[in-house]
Amino acid sequence: MTTDLEAPREPLLVVEDLHTVFHTPRGDVRAVDGVSFAVAPGETLGLVGESGSGKSVLGRTVMGLISNAQTTTVTGRVLLGGQDIHALDRGRRRRLWGTEVAMVFQDPMTSLNPVKRIGAHLTETLRSHLSCSRKEATERGTDLLRQVGIPEPARRMTQYPHELSGGMRQRVVIALALTCDPRLLIADEPTTALDVTVQKQILDLLARLTEERHMAMILVSHDLGAVVGRTDRVQVMYAGRTVESGDTRPVFAAPGHHYTDALLGSIPQLTNAPHTLLRSIEGSPPDMTRPPTGCRFAPRCGRADETCVEVPPPLLPALGGDGRKVACHHSLIPTEELSHGR
Amino acid sequence: MPAPEPVPPSVVPSVVSGVVGKGASPVIGAALLVGGLGLAWWSATSAALVTPARMLLLVAGLLAAIAGLGRVAASVRGRPVDVVFGLGMLWLVLVLGAAGLAPWLPLGNHDDSVAGLASPIFAPPDLGSEHPLGTNNYGLDVLSRAVHGARTSILVALIAVLIGTVVGGGVGMIAGFVRGTTDRVVGVLANALLAVPPLILLIALGTVLDPSVRSIAFALSLLTIPSMVRLARANTITVAEREYVLAARALGAGRLRLLRRDVLPNVVLPVLSMAVVMISMLVVAEASLSFLGLGIEQPAPTWGNMISEGQGGVMQEHPFIVVVPGVCLFLTVFSFNLLGEKA
Repeated sequence: MTTDLEAPREPLLVVEDLHTVFHTPRGDVRAVDGVSFAVAPGETLGLVGESGSGKSVLGRTVMGLISNAQTTTVTGRVLLGGQDIHALDRGRRRRLWGTEVAMVFQDPMTSLNPVKRIGAHLTETLRSHLSCSRKEATERGTDLLRQVGIPEPARRMTQYPHELSGGMRQRVVIALALTCDPRLLIADEPTTALDVTVQKQILDLLARLTEERHMAMILVSHDLGAVVGRTDRVQVMYAGRTVESGDTRPVFAAPGHHYTDALLGSIPQLTNAPHTLLRSIEGSPPDMTRPPTGCRFAPRCGRADETCVEVPPPLLPALGGDGRKVACHHSLIPTEELSHGR
Repeated sequence: MPAPEPVPPSVVPSVVSGVVGKGASPVIGAALLVGGLGLAWWSATSAALVTPARMLLLVAGLLAAIAGLGRVAASVRGRPVDVVFGLGMLWLVLVLGAAGLAPWLPLGNHDDSVAGLASPIFAPPDLGSEHPLGTNNYGLDVLSRAVHGARTSILVALIAVLIGTVVGGGVGMIAGFVRGTTDRVVGVLANALLAVPPLILLIALGTVLDPSVRSIAFALSLLTIPSMVRLARANTITVAEREYVLAARALGAGRLRLLRRDVLPNVVLPVLSMAVVMISMLVVAEASLSFLGLGIEQPAPTWGNMISEGQGGVMQEHPFIVVVPGVCLFLTVFSFNLLGEKA
């Protein structure tokens, strides 16, 4: 996490109006429907949203794992270091994976091949990307395991994934992602499958590594607690669209969108009196083959009116110029268009 | 008769499980073993029984003997013993060893019809004599023919399974991995091959190809390829969807590396299990072919054409001609199937 938020930096990743559409027999699923953001080197961006909001698909599309294919259409631009990922052919795109951008998946139980030793996982990746000798690769692999905080790394190299605990496995997965020093790390819910104490360790580890390596990171999560304090900026997603974005602390201190507000309000507070009713958001995410016209959160929002149902709210910058954006007709904080007397 | 031993501590769990009895079990086991073998021997050689009763008593005797052996082995080892599996593997070792070493074993004449003129024909089995399992119509030694027949049958089956596994498994894996048009073409071809009745396919091939080990093995491998393709393809599709394959892909692994290092080690396990089961299937198929006269030709022995020698009334007069290769075939297929279960 960086401390200097004022200095302008050349963004490492620029996503412009990204759409990912899956063509299914039931209809077109617009999983990502117009998302834009930028990430600077060394910066951590949090992608927050409930299940079905499109954040995982967004992560994979940004990386290029999901791209134009028979049943998928990706429009918009993803510029990684100036290169449009989706304009590259499959072979060139593959060369970026691991070297420029790497991904950490959710479930460490299934991210590792059960019949391959940990050492084999690491040395294979190292040797295919860096063409070093087996001995060198083993040394580098052991060193990587040490960097991610695994005790007795040399012994772990010869073990199989099932011999490690969940937290250790996730550390190994992180080590794998870092083998070739990527400039961007996409962590897709890296702690969801782990228990709480291990979650903190893994998030601390990721924070330390991104700072040490000056690496950009996109942390995708549905856990607001994981995001606050670990990210510089946050992007809240709902039903494939961005509803709010900005620096993490201001957004969580004073949310602009009703969805963000409801998310924060649903977190149980220790300071509440006993038997306080938990606030939940009524309803469920929309069917993405037939999303609502107008604001997609309107069916579940307490404040929705006719405008909300008919007109999709644009993502507008907030007044105050701190980089915040909100997509709401009745934003809780003043935004540019609102101030023009609507 | 040994006195009943005190129950050793290691037998206590099996007492609880009820599989092995209390301390007297080795005695009961030994009694069953000896009694069963005795009954089987008597029913096989006695002239006083009609065939159905003879068969029943023979089977009962053998089963009792096996149960008895199981008890004895369990009390010796202290844990339940899978006697049937052990016996099966013993038979396989025996057959494969004999088949492998056949040219160097001191066996009688198995295929030289000219030399067979000097030997008695249809000599009955006599364990102490020069021809322990008798001779056939041409004076050729049945035991030697059984061993050499094992060699041919198993060799053909093994080659055919090898071809089927490598080709079928490879094609299936590639089809399941790349999907798309390749998958559809492979699917159509595999289904077409599977739709041809196996026996007709074999007969047709048998009439076209020369009856050598190589061409029979090739023909039989065609039987295995469609099943292997399907199995490999289904498993590849499942494995390819697993997250570690996606994770490896996200680390920059190319398709060939993914296939070789991530998909293949996980697909090879069920394919090998199937291959072992297929061996027994192909041994039977080869025997069927030879029985019909389309496989290896006389005087070179295989179990199939040895059984076919029993045609035309020979079996009624000289049952051992058919019983020896039949029992060998049965035991070998049974044992391979046991191995396939455990593998």
